[in-house]
Amino acid sequence: MTTKKFMYLNRRSSFGTVYAIESLEVVLIAAAFEQDVSLAFIDDGVYQIVEGQNADGIGMKNFSKTFHALGDYEINKLYVSAESLEQRGLSSNDLMPLVYEDEDDDWAEKPSVKVVSNAQLSKIMSEQDVCLSF
Amino acid sequence: MADILGAEVDEEGFLVNLGDWTKEIAEQMAKDDDVDLSDEHWDVINFLRDYFEEYQIAPAVRVLTKAIAKRMGKDKGNSKYLYSLFPYGPGKQGCRFAGLPKPTGCI
Repeated sequence: MTTKKFMYLNRRSSFGTVYAIESLEVVLIAAAFEQDVSLAFIDDGVYQIVEGQNADGIGMKNFSKTFHALGDYEINKLYVSAESLEQRGLSSNDLMPLVYEDEDDDWAEKPSVKVVSNAQLSKIMSEQDVCLSF
Repeated sequence: MADILGAEVDEEGFLVNLGDWTKEIAEQMAKDDDVDLSDEHWDVINFLRDYFEEYQIAPAVRVLTKAIAKRMGKDKGNSKYLYSLFPYGPGKQGCRFAGLPKPTGCI
């Protein structure tokens, strides 16, 4: 099977709409097809991977915990827009410490999240075969 | 709606309310499938429940196999062993016994 480069763009915050949870669901399903998958968090999408989310008050599942499972699914390229973080008064320290285990490096834990400029992000996007926007 | 020991299940036998799960329900589900739950079954069921608690998803079978291999050794983390415990699939049948939803991506 030919491998294609898939990028999932996340532009909305975790709750309030179904976009964030649906995107994550699609990512997990697509992971079964062993494609080259990456995720991008832009605009309010950066809130999806902010540490310390709590959905108790709105009676929804706190699916932000599921991002920690992405490493198990061999999804380890999560790009975050530096400009979007800055516009919201956030920094990389506010994000969940998401990691994956590198099979080729004795299963060493390595960070999955990479903060990049919008210019870098658009370059990465241009290298994809498929971009899906949520 | 069908039920197992008073707990509602969907058309495929998965619990509708995850909070309804008890060990007795798991044992009844296994009995209905002609499976005797051994300690080895419980290792996997407990693993699945812990995984769900931590990540809020039922793992895909590929991920389950790898994670079991890491935690319990290669002799247990392989499809042959897991299918010998759960003939209808470690993901699908295991998750059902564990009171979890059907694994994401499981068709």
